[in-house]
Amino acid sequence: MSEIIVDLKSVSKFYDDTAALDGIDLYIRKNEFVTLLGPSGCGKTTTLRLIGGFEQPSGGSILFEGKDISTVPPHKRRVNTVFQRYALFSHLDVFENIAFGLRIKKLSEKAISEKVRKMLEQVNLEGFGKRDVNSLSGGQQQRVAIARALVNEPEVLLLDEPLAALDLKLRREMQHELKSMQKQLGITFVFVTHDQEEALSMSDTVVVMKDGKIQQIGTPVDIYNEPINAFVADFIGESNIVDGIMRKDYLVDFGGSSFACVDFGFAQDEAVDVVIRPEDLVLIPAENARLVGTVSSVNFLGVHYEMLVEADDGMSWLVHSTLMQPVGTKVGLGFEPMDIHIMRKVSLS
Amino acid sequence: MKRTTLFPYVIWMALFIVVPMLLVLYYAFSIPTEAGATWSLENFARFFEPIYIRVLGRSLRLALISTVICLLLGYPAAMVMAGNAFNRKNVILLLFVVPMWMNFLLRTYAWLTLLERNGVINVLLTNLGLPGLNILYTESAVVLGMVYNFLPFMVLPIYSVLSKIDKGVIEAAGDLGANSFRVFTKVVLPLSLPGVVSGITMVFMPALTTFVISRLLGGGQFTLIGNLIEQQFLVVGDWGFGSSISVVMIVLILLSIAIMSFFEGEEKSVALW
Repeated sequence: MSEIIVDLKSVSKFYDDTAALDGIDLYIRKNEFVTLLGPSGCGKTTTLRLIGGFEQPSGGSILFEGKDISTVPPHKRRVNTVFQRYALFSHLDVFENIAFGLRIKKLSEKAISEKVRKMLEQVNLEGFGKRDVNSLSGGQQQRVAIARALVNEPEVLLLDEPLAALDLKLRREMQHELKSMQKQLGITFVFVTHDQEEALSMSDTVVVMKDGKIQQIGTPVDIYNEPINAFVADFIGESNIVDGIMRKDYLVDFGGSSFACVDFGFAQDEAVDVVIRPEDLVLIPAENARLVGTVSSVNFLGVHYEMLVEADDGMSWLVHSTLMQPVGTKVGLGFEPMDIHIMRKVSLS
Repeated sequence: MKRTTLFPYVIWMALFIVVPMLLVLYYAFSIPTEAGATWSLENFARFFEPIYIRVLGRSLRLALISTVICLLLGYPAAMVMAGNAFNRKNVILLLFVVPMWMNFLLRTYAWLTLLERNGVINVLLTNLGLPGLNILYTESAVVLGMVYNFLPFMVLPIYSVLSKIDKGVIEAAGDLGANSFRVFTKVVLPLSLPGVVSGITMVFMPALTTFVISRLLGGGQFTLIGNLIEQQFLVVGDWGFGSSISVVMIVLILLSIAIMSFFEGEEKSVALW
């Protein structure tokens, strides 16, 4: 494991009396691709702005390579930011936008043009140096914004929903490019997004946030397979979440039956959330199943069908399957014990 | 807009802009003779006599001084306004705008009573044991009057541009290593140039052509180009000469607008509001 570069220690941020961040602890390792993921207003952008120095924490401290930088202004931090709306300098051309930070550092003209040329190549914008930034497309402006930050060779690059304004296809392309750039340059990326797919596909570590608190930190696989609570399960991909009661270790009641599961360590008869991913459910003949219902809607989504099954107890289950059953069919729902995820109840208010 | 709906405006512009301009041109390029009038450049030749060139020089000098003072006072004021929280900003904005609701002449007369030998300012100064201020009927008083009257025209366009600058751009400059001075010189100032250019234009033009301020606060001792035109029309009755000075002024103003728009580059010019 490489060393820790950014360390947030019980950091809070209040606006008037509202807590945007409520005592979060988070460390980021060198060369890591960390994604802050959560719905809007969860504090992810505030976290990024605190690391960038645009906001000062109301409590706690921010360490950079072990030194407290909580009150250091942005221009003295060895981090650079790619802003959500790019924030390009409209009075400068592409070349001068990218050269901005280098000119502040008073590099020689030769060094500047060499570095900018290399960076233009890196972001596939060769020959765009003299172009007016306002004449560029969204994707091109995005590349200029990334180049402008990366040319300064920051220790940490902060990216605030940089792909939010791009269309789907371009966004996929940029995701790959960003990821490969990060690997190639060996720079720590802190990436903010509300798009869970983006978070899962790009990151080494995903930090799921809600209401100014960190819900879960883990690898994309861990977060997806072992969500810590119903909120994370619901936010990361689609989920069926039902009420259940933990009878004892490895046995849970829901939907009118008891099921074997792989979870343990709960109190006897503790009320829990039971989470089953739609793709883990399979449609089986009703007579073989303990969970039975009627198909109430079918949606074709390309790779698979999305079906809603109304169970006899009134619960509706979302099922993803490549095999379709027509609406009105009586079906059974099948799943394995390891597909059942048991979570402690959290208030989602 | 449809052709027919444009019609009233076309008539309006023809009657009140094009026809008077043609009349001015006619008077400027003709001299009355017994047989009526003949074309002549005599009126323009007269304008280039030293006495009138001096008037033009004085007008340009005072207008320039006033514009520079307006810029030096107005830019920081606009920055304060643009940088402030919403409610406070509106109060300051209002303070700049309220005097504009009052008649221009009245505002200038007010300065007359303020600056008088026994006016408010001097009474205050004497009571404090300070020497009196006798700037009334000097060039300083004229410049003061110009600055006072035209300052809002400098502040408002600059304010309007500054308040539209994306905060993200300022943050980005800081993020890229610029301290607040550099952020100002490398980002804020260049981005606000269109407002500065508008402001300069909107102060310089009226300052160059004013005749009320120089007559009231200058006591008629400092004939400006505006006074000269006024005299020719209303006192001397030489419409030909008055018109030719007007034409020279129009050319000068068009020239300075051309120069300004050159500096403005491709940026769109900024309206007052």
